[in-house]
Amino acid sequence: MMKTWQAGKRLLPMTATLGLILAGCGRQDLSVLRPQGPAAESSFGLMKLSITIMIVVLLIVFAIAAYVLIRYRRKPGQHEIPEQVEGSFKLEVLWTVIPLILVIVLAVPTVQAVFAAGDDHSDDKNAVKVKVTGHQYWWEFEYPDYGVTTAQDLVIPAGVDIAFELTTKDVLHSFWVPSLSGKIDTNPDGSTNHFSFSAPNEGVYRGKCAELCGPSHGFMEFKVKSVSKDAFTAWIASMKAPAVMPEDPALAEKFKSACLTCHAVGDMVGSNGPSLTGIGSRESVAGILLNDDTGVDGAPILENLKTWLHDPQSVKPGNRMPDPKELGLSDEEIDGIAEYLAGYTLE
Amino acid sequence: MDWITTVDHKKIAILYLWAGGIFFGIGGLEAILIRIQLIKPMNTFLDAQTFNELITMHGTTMIFLGVMPVIFALMNAVIPLQIGARDVAFPFLNALGFWTFLFGGILLNLSWIMGGAPDAGWTAYTPLSSSSYSTTHGVDFYTIGLQIAGLGTLIGGINFLATIITMRAPGMSFMRMPMFAWATFITSAIILFAFPAVTVGLVLLTFDRILGANFFETSGGGNPVLWQHIFWIFGHPEVYILILPAFGIISEVIPTFSRKRLFGYSSMVFATILIAFLGFMVWAHHMFTTGLGPVANALFSVSTMLIAVPTGIKIFNWLFTMWGGQVRFTTPNLFAVGFIPTFTMGGVTGVMLASAPADFQFHDTYFVVAHFHYVIVGGLVLGLFAGLHYWWPKMFGRMLSEHLGKWTFWTFIIGFHMTFFVQHFLGLMGMQRRVFTYLPNQQFDLLNLISTIGAGLMGVGMLFFLANVFITSRKPADAADDPWEDGRTLEWTISSPPPEYNFKQTPLVRGLDAFWKEKTAGHKGMTPSEPVGSIHMPSATVHPFLMSVGIFIAGLGFMFSRDDFGNSFMSFLFNNYIVTALGLLITFGSMLMRSLFDDHGWHIEPEELEGR
Ligand code: HEM
Ligand SMILES: [Cu+2]
Repeated sequence: MMKTWQAGKRLLPMTATLGLILAGCGRQDLSVLRPQGPAAESSFGLMKLSITIMIVVLLIVFAIAAYVLIRYRRKPGQHEIPEQVEGSFKLEVLWTVIPLILVIVLAVPTVQAVFAAGDDHSDDKNAVKVKVTGHQYWWEFEYPDYGVTTAQDLVIPAGVDIAFELTTKDVLHSFWVPSLSGKIDTNPDGSTNHFSFSAPNEGVYRGKCAELCGPSHGFMEFKVKSVSKDAFTAWIASMKAPAVMPEDPALAEKFKSACLTCHAVGDMVGSNGPSLTGIGSRESVAGILLNDDTGVDGAPILENLKTWLHDPQSVKPGNRMPDPKELGLSDEEIDGIAEYLAGYTLE
Repeated sequence: MDWITTVDHKKIAILYLWAGGIFFGIGGLEAILIRIQLIKPMNTFLDAQTFNELITMHGTTMIFLGVMPVIFALMNAVIPLQIGARDVAFPFLNALGFWTFLFGGILLNLSWIMGGAPDAGWTAYTPLSSSSYSTTHGVDFYTIGLQIAGLGTLIGGINFLATIITMRAPGMSFMRMPMFAWATFITSAIILFAFPAVTVGLVLLTFDRILGANFFETSGGGNPVLWQHIFWIFGHPEVYILILPAFGIISEVIPTFSRKRLFGYSSMVFATILIAFLGFMVWAHHMFTTGLGPVANALFSVSTMLIAVPTGIKIFNWLFTMWGGQVRFTTPNLFAVGFIPTFTMGGVTGVMLASAPADFQFHDTYFVVAHFHYVIVGGLVLGLFAGLHYWWPKMFGRMLSEHLGKWTFWTFIIGFHMTFFVQHFLGLMGMQRRVFTYLPNQQFDLLNLISTIGAGLMGVGMLFFLANVFITSRKPADAADDPWEDGRTLEWTISSPPPEYNFKQTPLVRGLDAFWKEKTAGHKGMTPSEPVGSIHMPSATVHPFLMSVGIFIAGLGFMFSRDDFGNSFMSFLFNNYIVTALGLLITFGSMLMRSLFDDHGWHIEPEELEGR
């Protein structure tokens, strides 16, 4: 028993250090261990509680194991038969009751948090509603109250509860922004899911698909951009502005006939592919080619657009976009469209 | 030929071991390929499709074809001996179970060379696994292969239930049964209830894919979430089917090498039953993020956490078995002792996962990958190695080299922790599972590198084991009846390997740890419960093999029944279900022969017994 208590005392500084180590783990915009919003905080709180309880359990087991293995190893020449102990009622009750108590300590806040997370804000007047639709391998975000649809970058006002409604157009996907919230699956119609989170701080957060959905599952990433309320209003307004088309009329015609059968820009709607409205202002091309002029995380947007348009399959194997070359575009036309798209920015 | 027609449980055990070993090797190679692909960001060693096929086949092979047969090998080798029986209750079924399992496994693996392996994950979630999104025959190989293999497992489970209920030696009441026999008994009961669920699911999915049914098709009124329920109603009990035998093995090895009886035997039995019971009530903890709503999530969270209690009982009972004993660090015991802390680590992450709001973060990330490898590899596989090293002399009459055994243990366990410990952190840092590669600059690179190196080390551990088996097989078979000297149960009272009929005279059991009890009373062996008499033996038969071949052919035929072969003769054969019918004819014909022509077996007469 003494040993156990000593292990217990050593635990306090250990958990504190543990907290520090964990907080140092991973990118702020990606790691579960560096929560940036209340939903992620709630999960992280339970994790810390459970990790602490579990480390206590592990230390007790390890300590007893180490003690037994050192103290009771068979010594050379030891021949007498050890006492055959049948069991010990007291001890057995002890290690039934203590785990039971530990389970209750974890179960109570778990149940509370489950019901708290069940509040999906779908009837909340102040919440911003977003319809998330998963597609192989891209994300569609529709704002039904504003009549706006975008893709890959989810723009939200900071500090406001977002009421999500999630479905998929094809296979199952799972919508996950680790630093803001846990994940939830996108099921086909009939099993539509609702949930909610908010991002108090402005910033860009990385999101991922967390359900195997085909070859490019690992590339089905997206970004959540939390902006000020004013910026959000301005963004909605510019999303609703009339479409900007390529200046060269021949190119515009090509763009319309080859691309807009699936994609949308502004009020010209195609819905088989991600909307391209304001793609010049996005964080990535196709969710996975990160736009970064410094070249650290990715490449400048023009370069990314060219990479994508010249060979979509090499970027995301199995994706459903036809090769622009097979749609009858020449290399120059592709470069022209890339330049047009790179320049299609929003406020 | 002898091996194809045998119905002897000891030979069937060796067949299971071979089959399991080969499938385990295939699954292991797949794992190494997966880890090589993940060694660095944006690696191009494998393409995305191949990667998905590899993870699917790795998971499926390991769970259904790799570890299950090794479990069955040990059960077959040991259970009849431990309960003092001459064979299992239904030797014919025993052979049938093995052959259907083997042909199911072969069918599944044929997918690699017949147009593409399944690629929807070992969980085969619909709609990804439907024919609209998985267009090769891969998933058909999965559904049909697993149905056939599952039939074998179900047959095996029923056989062990009957064996343990009816064939125990006089005096061996249930509460005098060795823990491994208890574990086998409970495991078989779980198999009996869990495998029909997956069979139903697989049949429905087969119908969806091949006959155009709509069980899981939203547009036709079906529901893909239904598949998840069916799969996990089987899938969760399945993980207990895997771990309970390991618990049983550990409960045999630790007492032997501590020279002490198992601490808290009755609470161990109780905990085993409770785990099996709770195991059926927690399936939806794999589905917290499916959107079941807070009430279901809360209930399944709490029921899952409760499993920690009986599991904890077991861990402390093992520790206190060693307390006050004389612990010897032989290879089997090293594995058993390594099992305790490793499995505990997997158990505690299980409890963490059980907390639904935390699981919203953990689910489908590398954290889960770490968790289930800690319980399956750190638990079950370490347990199997303990069991294999422990019972090897009984199965083959030769002691494995202790020296190489220790090398196996240390490389394997160090490699194991290197591979999987870091994966907890990868998951928490945002790496989802089943991704074929990942972007750089996410702080995933170093941990993935460590993980891959660890996997290589585990591979080295396996090579040591293979070398050990090979070297040992060339030595003379000279193992003593009780080679570990402290054997406690009936299998150590007879020669290694045992004669065909196991016990010349069925022993009389006078308590728990029957052999140990006689030894401490100063006796050399067991008191027989019957005079030497003629022993009835079942005849060898080729029917189980034929029946399985028939099902195999029927399965293949059905799978390709809608294909255009571009060859009118082939198309004719397949599209008119002629191949399927031929296969079924073989199976049913063979059943008919078996029913019409009685085979009463043969006898070993007392004179022959004395002659040996
Ligand atoms: C204390 C005991 C255990 C608890 C509380 C527990 C809990 C859980 C939970 C909640 C999950 C779901 C995680 C997720 O997908 O989000 C899970 C996954 C899993 N567990 Fe356990 N578990 C325990 C023991 C075991 C054992 C003994 C095994 C096998 C021998 C096992 C094998 C698995 C497997 C294979 C998965 C992942 C399945 C998949 O998604 O592919 N677990 N466990
Ligand atoms: Cu996905």
